[in-house]
Amino acid sequence: MKKLPTWWMWGLPVASGALCVALWYAIKAIWGVSDWLLPTPWQIVEAAVHEQGRLLPAMLSTGQGALAGFLLASVSGFGVALVLAASRRLHAAIYPWILVLQMTPLIVLAPIMNIWIGPGLKGIVAVTWLISYFPIVANTTQGMLSADMNHVALFRMCNASRWQELWLLRVPAAMPAFLTGLRIAAALAPVGAIFGEYLVGNAAGGSGGLGFLVYSYNTQIKIPALFATALASCLLGFVFVAGVAFLNWAVLHKWHDSFERNDH
Amino acid sequence: MDAAPPIVKLQNVTKRYGDGPVVLSGVELEVRPQDFVSLIGPSGCGKSTVLKLISGLSPWTSGSVAVLGRMPRQARDRQAFIFQDATLLPWLTARRNVEVPLRLRGVGAVERETKARNLLQRVGLDAVQDYYPRQLSGGMKMRVSIARALTLEPELLLLDEPFGALDEMTRQRLNEELLALREQWRFAAVFVTHSVAEAVFLSNRIIVMAANPGRIHREVAVDFPYPRRDALRETAEFQAKVNEVSRLLHAVEEGVRR
Repeated sequence: MKKLPTWWMWGLPVASGALCVALWYAIKAIWGVSDWLLPTPWQIVEAAVHEQGRLLPAMLSTGQGALAGFLLASVSGFGVALVLAASRRLHAAIYPWILVLQMTPLIVLAPIMNIWIGPGLKGIVAVTWLISYFPIVANTTQGMLSADMNHVALFRMCNASRWQELWLLRVPAAMPAFLTGLRIAAALAPVGAIFGEYLVGNAAGGSGGLGFLVYSYNTQIKIPALFATALASCLLGFVFVAGVAFLNWAVLHKWHDSFERNDH
Repeated sequence: MDAAPPIVKLQNVTKRYGDGPVVLSGVELEVRPQDFVSLIGPSGCGKSTVLKLISGLSPWTSGSVAVLGRMPRQARDRQAFIFQDATLLPWLTARRNVEVPLRLRGVGAVERETKARNLLQRVGLDAVQDYYPRQLSGGMKMRVSIARALTLEPELLLLDEPFGALDEMTRQRLNEELLALREQWRFAAVFVTHSVAEAVFLSNRIIVMAANPGRIHREVAVDFPYPRRDALRETAEFQAKVNEVSRLLHAVEEGVRR
Protein backbone atom coordinates (compact mmCIF):
# COMPACT_ATOMS: atom_id res chain seq x y z
CA MET A 1 0.00 0.00 0.00
CA LYS A 2 1.36 3.41 -0.96
CA LYS A 3 1.87 5.78 1.90
CA LEU A 4 -0.23 8.95 2.02
CA PRO A 5 1.44 12.36 2.04
CA THR A 6 1.76 13.83 5.53
CA TRP A 7 -0.82 16.51 4.84
CA TRP A 8 -3.48 13.85 4.13
CA MET A 9 -2.42 11.80 7.16
CA TRP A 10 -3.43 14.71 9.40
CA GLY A 11 -6.08 16.32 7.23
CA LEU A 12 -8.29 13.30 6.58
CA PRO A 13 -9.04 12.30 10.20
CA VAL A 14 -9.72 15.97 11.08
CA ALA A 15 -12.10 16.22 8.10
CA SER A 16 -13.96 13.01 9.01
CA GLY A 17 -14.16 14.19 12.63
CA ALA A 18 -15.59 17.55 11.52
CA LEU A 19 -18.14 15.71 9.39
CA CYS A 20 -19.26 13.69 12.44
CA VAL A 21 -19.66 16.88 14.52
CA ALA A 22 -21.73 18.44 11.73
CA LEU A 23 -23.87 15.30 11.57
CA TRP A 24 -24.26 15.48 15.34
CA TYR A 25 -25.67 19.01 15.18
CA ALA A 26 -27.87 18.04 12.21
CA ILE A 27 -29.40 15.09 14.07
CA LYS A 28 -30.11 17.30 17.08
CA ALA A 29 -31.73 19.97 14.86
CA ILE A 30 -33.80 17.58 12.72
CA TRP A 31 -35.20 15.40 15.50
CA GLY A 32 -35.01 18.00 18.23
CA VAL A 33 -33.08 15.75 20.61
CA SER A 34 -32.95 17.37 24.04
CA ASP A 35 -29.65 18.45 25.58
CA TRP A 36 -29.83 16.10 28.57
CA LEU A 37 -30.16 13.07 26.25
CA LEU A 38 -27.51 14.20 23.78
CA PRO A 39 -25.57 17.33 24.64
CA THR A 40 -23.93 19.31 21.86
CA PRO A 41 -20.19 18.85 21.32
CA TRP A 42 -19.71 22.41 22.50
CA GLN A 43 -21.51 21.67 25.79
CA ILE A 44 -19.19 18.67 26.27
CA VAL A 45 -16.14 20.89 25.77
CA GLU A 46 -17.60 23.36 28.24
CA ALA A 47 -18.20 20.57 30.74
CA ALA A 48 -14.65 19.32 30.24
CA VAL A 49 -13.25 22.80 30.95
CA HIS A 50 -15.57 23.28 33.90
CA GLU A 51 -14.73 19.88 35.40
CA GLN A 52 -11.01 19.98 34.62
CA GLY A 53 -10.20 20.22 38.31
CA ARG A 54 -11.61 16.70 38.74
CA LEU A 55 -10.96 15.29 35.27
CA LEU A 56 -7.21 15.93 35.10
CA PRO A 57 -6.25 14.35 38.44
CA ALA A 58 -8.64 11.48 37.60
CA MET A 59 -6.89 10.96 34.25
CA LEU A 60 -3.54 10.88 36.01
CA SER A 61 -4.81 8.40 38.57
CA THR A 62 -6.38 6.14 35.93
CA GLY A 63 -3.25 6.48 33.83
CA GLN A 64 -1.16 5.12 36.70
CA GLY A 65 -3.39 2.08 37.17
CA ALA A 66 -3.55 1.49 33.43
CA LEU A 67 0.22 1.81 33.03
CA ALA A 68 0.95 -0.59 35.89
CA GLY A 69 -1.55 -3.14 34.54
CA PHE A 70 -0.24 -2.73 31.01
CA LEU A 71 3.39 -3.22 32.04
CA LEU A 72 2.44 -6.26 34.10
CA ALA A 73 0.50 -7.68 31.13
CA SER A 74 3.44 -7.00 28.77
CA VAL A 75 6.01 -8.72 30.92
CA SER A 76 3.81 -11.65 31.94
CA GLY A 77 2.34 -11.99 28.43
CA PHE A 78 5.80 -12.15 26.89
CA GLY A 79 6.97 -14.64 29.51
CA VAL A 80 3.98 -16.92 29.03
CA ALA A 81 4.40 -16.77 25.25
CA LEU A 82 8.03 -17.78 25.69
CA VAL A 83 7.01 -20.81 27.72
CA LEU A 84 4.27 -21.74 25.24
CA ALA A 85 6.66 -21.48 22.30
CA ALA A 86 9.42 -23.42 24.07
CA SER A 87 7.41 -26.56 24.71
CA ARG A 88 4.56 -28.12 22.78
CA ARG A 89 3.53 -30.03 25.91
CA LEU A 90 3.28 -26.92 28.04
CA HIS A 91 1.45 -25.24 25.18
CA ALA A 92 -1.11 -28.04 25.12
CA ALA A 93 -1.39 -28.00 28.92
CA ILE A 94 -1.67 -24.26 29.49
CA TYR A 95 -3.13 -22.56 26.44
CA PRO A 96 -6.74 -23.78 26.80
CA TRP A 97 -6.81 -22.43 30.36
CA ILE A 98 -5.49 -19.07 29.26
CA LEU A 99 -8.38 -19.00 26.81
CA VAL A 100 -10.81 -19.94 29.59
CA LEU A 101 -9.54 -17.07 31.70
CA GLN A 102 -10.00 -14.74 28.73
CA MET A 103 -13.54 -16.01 28.09
CA THR A 104 -14.71 -15.57 31.66
CA PRO A 105 -16.63 -12.27 31.74
CA LEU A 106 -14.72 -9.52 33.49
CA ILE A 107 -17.92 -8.50 35.24
CA VAL A 108 -17.75 -11.84 37.07
CA LEU A 109 -14.02 -11.73 37.72
CA ALA A 110 -13.88 -8.14 38.96
CA PRO A 111 -15.90 -8.72 42.17
CA ILE A 112 -13.80 -11.84 42.83
CA MET A 113 -10.68 -9.71 42.44
CA ASN A 114 -12.25 -7.24 44.82
CA ILE A 115 -12.66 -9.96 47.43
CA TRP A 116 -9.24 -11.53 46.89
CA ILE A 117 -7.06 -8.50 46.41
CA GLY A 118 -9.19 -5.82 47.98
CA PRO A 119 -10.19 -2.45 46.58
CA GLY A 120 -7.79 0.26 45.50
CA LEU A 121 -4.89 0.35 43.07
CA LYS A 122 -4.00 -3.35 43.35
CA GLY A 123 -7.47 -4.41 42.33
CA ILE A 124 -7.52 -1.91 39.46
CA VAL A 125 -4.16 -3.19 38.21
CA ALA A 126 -5.46 -6.75 38.41
CA VAL A 127 -8.51 -5.94 36.30
CA THR A 128 -6.37 -4.03 33.78
CA TRP A 129 -4.04 -6.99 33.57
CA LEU A 130 -6.96 -9.37 33.01
CA ILE A 131 -8.25 -7.36 30.08
CA SER A 132 -4.91 -6.74 28.36
CA TYR A 133 -2.74 -9.86 28.80
CA PHE A 134 -4.50 -12.01 26.23
CA PRO A 135 -3.76 -10.14 22.98
CA ILE A 136 -0.10 -10.06 24.03
CA VAL A 137 0.08 -13.77 24.81
CA ALA A 138 -1.85 -14.80 21.70
CA ASN A 139 0.05 -12.58 19.25
CA THR A 140 3.50 -13.23 20.66
CA THR A 141 3.02 -16.99 20.80
CA GLN A 142 1.78 -17.00 17.23
CA GLY A 143 4.77 -14.90 16.17
CA MET A 144 7.26 -17.22 17.85
CA LEU A 145 5.68 -20.33 16.38
CA SER A 146 5.53 -18.95 12.86
CA ALA A 147 9.26 -18.26 12.45
CA ASP A 148 10.40 -18.94 8.87
CA MET A 149 10.91 -22.71 8.36
CA ASN A 150 14.10 -22.11 6.40
CA HIS A 151 15.49 -20.05 9.27
CA VAL A 152 14.68 -22.91 11.61
CA ALA A 153 16.42 -25.31 9.22
CA LEU A 154 19.44 -23.01 9.15
CA PHE A 155 19.62 -23.08 12.95
CA ARG A 156 19.26 -26.86 13.00
CA MET A 157 22.07 -27.16 10.45
CA CYS A 158 24.24 -25.16 12.83
CA ASN A 159 23.35 -27.50 15.69
CA ALA A 160 21.69 -24.66 17.59
CA SER A 161 20.35 -25.54 21.02
CA ARG A 162 16.68 -25.10 21.78
CA TRP A 163 17.45 -21.99 23.79
CA GLN A 164 19.51 -20.50 20.99
CA GLU A 165 16.67 -21.19 18.58
CA LEU A 166 14.27 -19.49 20.97
CA TRP A 167 16.37 -16.43 21.85
CA LEU A 168 18.20 -15.76 18.64
CA LEU A 169 15.48 -16.75 16.19
CA ARG A 170 11.96 -17.05 17.57
CA VAL A 171 12.03 -14.06 19.92
CA PRO A 172 13.27 -11.52 17.33
CA ALA A 173 11.02 -13.07 14.68
CA ALA A 174 8.06 -12.53 17.03
CA MET A 175 8.80 -8.83 17.63
CA PRO A 176 6.30 -7.50 15.05
CA ALA A 177 3.57 -9.77 16.46
CA PHE A 178 4.51 -8.86 20.04
CA LEU A 179 4.20 -5.18 19.18
CA THR A 180 0.81 -5.77 17.55
CA GLY A 181 -0.27 -7.43 20.79
CA LEU A 182 1.05 -4.47 22.76
CA ARG A 183 -0.87 -2.05 20.55
CA ILE A 184 -4.17 -3.85 21.20
CA ALA A 185 -3.35 -4.09 24.91
CA ALA A 186 -2.47 -0.38 25.01
CA ALA A 187 -5.91 0.55 23.72
CA LEU A 188 -7.53 -1.83 26.21
CA ALA A 189 -5.52 -0.90 29.31
CA PRO A 190 -7.24 2.44 30.10
CA VAL A 191 -10.60 0.77 29.47
CA GLY A 192 -9.64 -1.96 31.92
CA ALA A 193 -8.45 0.56 34.51
CA ILE A 194 -11.66 2.60 34.30
CA PHE A 195 -13.72 -0.57 34.52
CA GLY A 196 -11.66 -1.63 37.51
CA GLU A 197 -12.17 1.73 39.21
CA TYR A 198 -15.88 1.57 38.53
CA LEU A 199 -16.20 -1.88 40.04
CA VAL A 200 -13.51 -2.21 42.68
CA GLY A 201 -11.65 1.05 42.89
CA ASN A 202 -14.13 3.63 44.10
CA ALA A 203 -14.63 2.00 47.48
CA ALA A 204 -11.13 3.02 48.47
CA GLY A 205 -11.40 6.55 49.72
CA GLY A 206 -13.42 7.60 46.73
CA SER A 207 -10.80 9.90 45.26
CA GLY A 208 -10.34 7.41 42.38
CA GLY A 209 -9.92 7.96 38.70
CA LEU A 210 -12.17 8.32 35.67
CA GLY A 211 -14.09 5.19 36.62
CA PHE A 212 -15.14 6.85 39.86
CA LEU A 213 -16.12 10.03 37.99
CA VAL A 214 -18.35 7.94 35.71
CA TYR A 215 -20.05 6.59 38.82
CA SER A 216 -20.30 10.04 40.37
CA TYR A 217 -21.54 11.94 37.26
CA ASN A 218 -24.00 9.16 36.51
CA THR A 219 -25.66 9.39 39.90
CA GLN A 220 -25.74 13.21 39.57
CA ILE A 221 -27.12 12.91 36.01
CA LYS A 222 -24.40 15.26 34.74
CA ILE A 223 -24.66 14.04 31.17
CA PRO A 224 -22.23 16.47 29.44
CA ALA A 225 -19.67 15.72 32.17
CA LEU A 226 -20.16 12.01 31.49
CA PHE A 227 -19.39 12.62 27.83
CA ALA A 228 -16.38 14.67 28.86
CA THR A 229 -15.16 11.71 30.91
CA ALA A 230 -15.46 9.53 27.82
CA LEU A 231 -13.40 12.11 25.95
CA ALA A 232 -10.77 12.06 28.69
CA SER A 233 -10.50 8.27 28.60
CA CYS A 234 -10.10 8.35 24.81
CA LEU A 235 -7.27 10.85 25.24
CA LEU A 236 -5.65 8.53 27.74
CA GLY A 237 -6.00 5.64 25.28
CA PHE A 238 -4.34 7.76 22.59
CA VAL A 239 -1.39 8.46 24.87
CA PHE A 240 -0.93 4.71 25.40
CA VAL A 241 -1.29 3.83 21.73
CA ALA A 242 1.12 6.62 20.80
CA GLY A 243 3.63 5.22 23.29
CA VAL A 244 3.46 1.80 21.70
CA ALA A 245 3.62 3.30 18.21
CA PHE A 246 6.90 4.93 19.22
CA LEU A 247 8.20 1.64 20.64
CA ASN A 248 7.14 -0.07 17.41
CA TRP A 249 9.09 2.43 15.37
CA ALA A 250 12.14 2.18 17.64
CA VAL A 251 12.29 -1.61 17.42
CA LEU A 252 11.31 -2.20 13.79
CA HIS A 253 12.11 0.78 11.59
CA LYS A 254 15.62 -0.35 10.74
CA TRP A 255 14.75 -3.76 9.41
CA HIS A 256 11.05 -4.44 9.09
CA ASP A 257 9.24 -4.21 5.75
CA SER A 258 6.42 -2.16 7.25
CA PHE A 259 8.87 0.76 7.38
CA GLU A 260 10.00 0.33 3.78
CA ARG A 261 10.50 3.64 2.02
CA ASN A 262 8.33 4.39 -1.00
CA ASP A 263 11.20 5.05 -3.36
CA HIS A 264 12.86 1.73 -2.64
CA MET B 1 41.31 -45.91 -3.69
CA ASP B 2 42.41 -44.35 -0.46
CA ALA B 3 40.91 -45.30 2.88
CA ALA B 4 39.28 -41.95 3.62
CA PRO B 5 35.49 -42.19 3.48
CA PRO B 6 33.75 -40.39 0.62
CA ILE B 7 32.18 -37.05 1.48
CA VAL B 8 28.70 -38.41 0.80
CA LYS B 9 27.54 -41.94 0.17
CA LEU B 10 23.94 -42.85 -0.59
CA GLN B 11 23.19 -46.54 -1.04
CA ASN B 12 19.88 -47.79 -2.38
CA VAL B 13 18.06 -44.92 -0.71
CA THR B 14 14.27 -44.80 -0.66
CA LYS B 15 12.25 -41.92 0.74
CA ARG B 16 8.53 -41.62 1.39
CA TYR B 17 6.72 -39.00 3.42
CA GLY B 18 4.46 -41.09 5.66
CA ASP B 19 2.13 -43.17 3.51
CA GLY B 20 2.52 -40.82 0.56
CA PRO B 21 4.02 -41.71 -2.81
CA VAL B 22 7.64 -42.79 -3.09
CA VAL B 23 9.71 -39.63 -3.50
CA LEU B 24 13.06 -41.30 -4.06
CA SER B 25 13.75 -44.85 -5.12
CA GLY B 26 17.01 -46.79 -5.29
CA VAL B 27 19.27 -43.75 -5.27
CA GLU B 28 23.01 -44.46 -5.39
CA LEU B 29 25.35 -41.52 -5.11
CA GLU B 30 28.92 -41.07 -4.04
CA VAL B 31 30.43 -37.61 -3.70
CA ARG B 32 34.21 -37.56 -3.47
CA PRO B 33 36.45 -34.75 -2.22
CA GLN B 34 36.66 -31.89 -4.74
CA ASP B 35 33.51 -33.06 -6.52
CA PHE B 36 31.03 -30.52 -7.74
CA VAL B 37 27.90 -32.56 -8.37
CA SER B 38 24.80 -30.99 -9.88
CA LEU B 39 21.40 -32.60 -9.58
CA ILE B 40 19.04 -31.70 -12.40
CA GLY B 41 15.65 -33.02 -13.38
CA PRO B 42 11.95 -32.29 -13.74
CA SER B 43 10.06 -30.96 -10.74
CA GLY B 44 9.03 -33.74 -8.42
CA CYS B 45 12.14 -35.81 -9.10
CA GLY B 46 13.26 -35.41 -5.50
CA LYS B 47 16.47 -33.51 -6.12
CA SER B 48 15.90 -31.16 -3.20
CA THR B 49 14.97 -34.14 -1.06
CA VAL B 50 18.43 -35.60 -1.68
CA LEU B 51 19.91 -32.47 -0.08
CA LYS B 52 17.57 -32.76 2.89
CA LEU B 53 18.66 -36.35 3.46
CA ILE B 54 22.36 -35.47 3.26
CA SER B 55 21.94 -32.55 5.66
CA GLY B 56 19.95 -34.66 8.11
CA LEU B 57 17.01 -32.25 7.94
CA SER B 58 14.79 -35.10 6.85
CA PRO B 59 15.06 -38.87 7.53
CA TRP B 60 15.22 -41.47 4.76
CA THR B 61 12.95 -44.52 4.63
CA SER B 62 15.35 -47.30 3.65
CA GLY B 63 18.91 -47.75 2.41
CA SER B 64 21.77 -45.78 3.92
CA VAL B 65 23.07 -42.24 3.89
CA ALA B 66 26.53 -41.40 5.21
CA VAL B 67 28.39 -38.11 5.30
CA LEU B 68 32.12 -38.39 5.92
CA GLY B 69 31.43 -41.92 7.15
CA ARG B 70 28.99 -40.71 9.78
CA MET B 71 25.27 -40.25 10.18
CA PRO B 72 24.26 -36.99 8.45
CA ARG B 73 23.28 -35.32 11.73
CA GLN B 74 26.67 -36.14 13.25
CA ALA B 75 28.40 -34.51 10.30
CA ARG B 76 26.47 -31.25 10.34
CA ASP B 77 29.43 -29.25 11.60
CA ARG B 78 31.31 -30.18 8.42
CA GLN B 79 28.60 -29.12 5.96
CA ALA B 80 26.65 -25.97 5.18
CA PHE B 81 23.33 -25.45 3.43
CA ILE B 82 22.52 -22.61 1.06
CA PHE B 83 18.81 -22.21 0.50
CA GLN B 84 16.85 -21.05 -2.50
CA ASP B 85 16.15 -17.70 -0.96
CA ALA B 86 19.01 -16.21 1.00
CA THR B 87 17.29 -16.87 4.39
CA LEU B 88 19.02 -13.94 6.03
CA LEU B 89 17.62 -12.91 9.39
CA PRO B 90 15.97 -9.56 8.54
CA TRP B 91 16.70 -8.03 11.94
CA LEU B 92 20.47 -8.46 11.61
CA THR B 93 22.89 -6.52 9.42
CA ALA B 94 24.78 -8.33 6.67
CA ARG B 95 27.80 -8.77 8.91
CA ARG B 96 25.80 -10.05 11.85
CA ASN B 97 24.06 -12.51 9.56
CA VAL B 98 27.42 -13.89 8.51
CA GLU B 99 28.31 -14.20 12.19
CA VAL B 100 25.28 -16.35 13.02
CA PRO B 101 26.91 -19.82 12.64
CA LEU B 102 29.89 -18.64 14.72
CA ARG B 103 27.60 -17.18 17.34
CA LEU B 104 25.68 -20.44 17.60
CA ARG B 105 29.00 -22.14 18.23
CA GLY B 106 29.91 -19.74 21.02
CA VAL B 107 32.76 -18.01 19.18
CA GLY B 108 33.70 -14.71 20.85
CA ALA B 109 32.55 -11.37 19.47
CA VAL B 110 35.94 -10.11 18.30
CA GLU B 111 36.84 -13.26 16.39
CA ARG B 112 33.34 -13.37 14.91
CA GLU B 113 33.57 -9.85 13.63
CA THR B 114 37.02 -10.28 12.12
CA LYS B 115 36.01 -13.43 10.34
CA ALA B 116 32.73 -12.00 9.05
CA ARG B 117 34.48 -8.86 7.78
CA ASN B 118 37.02 -10.91 5.89
CA LEU B 119 34.40 -13.13 4.32
CA LEU B 120 32.21 -10.23 3.25
CA GLN B 121 35.24 -8.56 1.74
CA ARG B 122 35.95 -11.79 -0.11
CA VAL B 123 32.48 -11.82 -1.70
CA GLY B 124 32.76 -8.13 -2.61
CA LEU B 125 30.39 -6.71 -0.01
CA ASP B 126 32.84 -4.55 1.89
CA ALA B 127 30.71 -1.44 1.53
CA VAL B 128 27.40 -2.85 2.73
CA GLN B 129 28.43 -4.79 5.84
CA ASP B 130 26.16 -2.76 8.09
CA TYR B 131 23.15 -2.79 5.76
CA TYR B 132 20.03 -4.70 6.67
CA PRO B 133 18.86 -7.43 4.26
CA ARG B 134 15.95 -5.36 2.95
CA GLN B 135 18.46 -2.77 1.73
CA LEU B 136 20.35 -5.36 -0.34
CA SER B 137 19.64 -6.61 -3.88
CA GLY B 138 18.89 -10.28 -4.52
CA GLY B 139 22.44 -10.95 -5.70
CA MET B 140 23.94 -9.23 -2.66
CA LYS B 141 21.74 -11.22 -0.30
CA MET B 142 22.87 -14.44 -1.93
CA ARG B 143 26.52 -13.36 -1.54
CA VAL B 144 25.90 -12.78 2.17
CA SER B 145 24.32 -16.23 2.34
CA ILE B 146 27.39 -17.78 0.70
CA ALA B 147 29.71 -15.93 3.06
CA ARG B 148 27.67 -17.21 5.99
CA ALA B 149 27.93 -20.78 4.70
CA LEU B 150 31.71 -20.49 4.51
CA THR B 151 32.24 -19.24 8.08
CA LEU B 152 32.76 -22.72 9.47
CA GLU B 153 34.93 -23.79 6.53
CA PRO B 154 32.72 -26.71 5.52
CA GLU B 155 33.97 -29.70 3.58
CA LEU B 156 30.61 -30.02 1.90
CA LEU B 157 28.33 -27.31 0.58
CA LEU B 158 24.71 -28.15 -0.21
CA LEU B 159 23.01 -25.65 -2.52
CA ASP B 160 19.30 -25.80 -3.29
CA GLU B 161 18.69 -23.71 -6.44
CA PRO B 162 20.51 -20.80 -4.85
CA PHE B 163 20.53 -18.60 -7.96
CA GLY B 164 17.11 -19.55 -9.32
CA ALA B 165 15.48 -16.24 -8.49
CA LEU B 166 18.27 -14.04 -9.90
CA ASP B 167 18.57 -12.47 -13.33
CA GLU B 168 20.83 -14.17 -15.87
CA MET B 169 23.72 -11.70 -15.56
CA THR B 170 23.86 -11.93 -11.79
CA ARG B 171 23.49 -15.70 -11.94
CA GLN B 172 26.50 -16.07 -14.25
CA ARG B 173 28.58 -13.73 -12.09
CA LEU B 174 27.75 -15.68 -8.99
CA ASN B 175 28.54 -18.97 -10.75
CA GLU B 176 32.04 -17.71 -11.42
CA GLU B 177 32.42 -16.34 -7.92
CA LEU B 178 31.33 -19.62 -6.41
CA LEU B 179 34.01 -21.48 -8.38
CA ALA B 180 36.58 -18.90 -7.35
CA LEU B 181 35.66 -19.37 -3.70
CA ARG B 182 36.02 -23.10 -4.16
CA GLU B 183 39.60 -22.64 -5.33
CA GLN B 184 40.35 -21.25 -1.89
CA TRP B 185 38.05 -23.23 0.40
CA ARG B 186 38.20 -26.57 -1.43
CA PHE B 187 34.75 -27.72 -0.48
CA ALA B 188 32.83 -30.41 -2.29
CA ALA B 189 29.39 -29.32 -3.48
CA VAL B 190 26.03 -30.82 -4.25
CA PHE B 191 24.07 -28.33 -6.29
CA VAL B 192 20.40 -28.51 -7.23
CA THR B 193 19.42 -26.46 -10.27
CA HIS B 194 16.96 -26.14 -13.14
CA SER B 195 19.49 -24.55 -15.44
CA VAL B 196 21.49 -26.87 -17.68
CA ALA B 197 24.02 -24.16 -18.58
CA GLU B 198 24.63 -23.47 -14.91
CA ALA B 199 25.10 -27.17 -14.16
CA VAL B 200 27.57 -27.60 -17.01
CA PHE B 201 29.54 -24.50 -16.07
CA LEU B 202 29.87 -25.42 -12.41
CA SER B 203 30.09 -29.18 -12.15
CA ASN B 204 32.44 -32.00 -12.93
CA ARG B 205 29.50 -34.39 -12.62
CA ILE B 206 25.85 -33.87 -13.54
CA ILE B 207 23.23 -36.28 -12.29
CA VAL B 208 20.07 -36.26 -14.40
CA MET B 209 17.10 -37.41 -12.38
CA ALA B 210 13.66 -38.70 -13.37
CA ALA B 211 10.37 -38.35 -11.55
CA ASN B 212 7.58 -40.68 -10.34
CA PRO B 213 9.32 -42.09 -8.45
CA GLY B 214 12.37 -39.84 -8.11
CA ARG B 215 15.44 -41.73 -9.27
CA ILE B 216 18.79 -41.25 -10.98
CA HIS B 217 18.48 -41.49 -14.73
CA ARG B 218 22.00 -40.90 -15.98
CA GLU B 219 25.28 -39.36 -14.92
CA VAL B 220 27.20 -37.05 -17.23
CA ALA B 221 30.87 -36.22 -16.67
CA VAL B 222 31.99 -32.66 -17.42
CA ASP B 223 35.72 -32.66 -17.94
CA PHE B 224 36.55 -29.00 -18.48
CA PRO B 225 39.48 -28.22 -16.21
CA TYR B 226 39.10 -25.87 -13.23
CA PRO B 227 39.48 -22.97 -12.76
CA ARG B 228 36.80 -22.22 -15.32
CA ARG B 229 36.32 -18.75 -16.66
CA ASP B 230 33.42 -16.99 -18.31
CA ALA B 231 34.93 -17.56 -21.76
CA LEU B 232 34.19 -21.27 -21.40
CA ARG B 233 30.53 -20.56 -22.04
CA GLU B 234 31.28 -19.46 -25.59
CA THR B 235 33.17 -22.58 -26.64
CA ALA B 236 31.65 -25.21 -28.92
CA GLU B 237 32.53 -27.96 -26.44
CA PHE B 238 30.53 -26.20 -23.74
CA GLN B 239 27.55 -25.86 -26.04
CA ALA B 240 27.83 -29.54 -27.03
CA LYS B 241 27.75 -30.54 -23.37
CA VAL B 242 24.73 -28.33 -22.71
CA ASN B 243 22.97 -29.97 -25.66
CA GLU B 244 23.82 -33.44 -24.43
CA VAL B 245 22.38 -32.77 -20.97
CA SER B 246 19.35 -30.98 -22.43
CA ARG B 247 18.56 -33.98 -24.62
CA LEU B 248 18.74 -36.28 -21.61
CA LEU B 249 16.50 -33.94 -19.68
CA HIS B 250 13.92 -33.80 -22.48
CA ALA B 251 13.93 -37.56 -22.75
CA VAL B 252 13.33 -37.83 -19.01
CA GLU B 253 10.55 -35.28 -19.12
CA GLU B 254 8.78 -37.16 -21.87
CA GLY B 255 9.18 -40.36 -19.90
CA VAL B 256 11.18 -41.96 -22.73
CA ARG B 257 13.99 -44.31 -21.76
CA ARG B 258 17.01 -43.88 -23.99
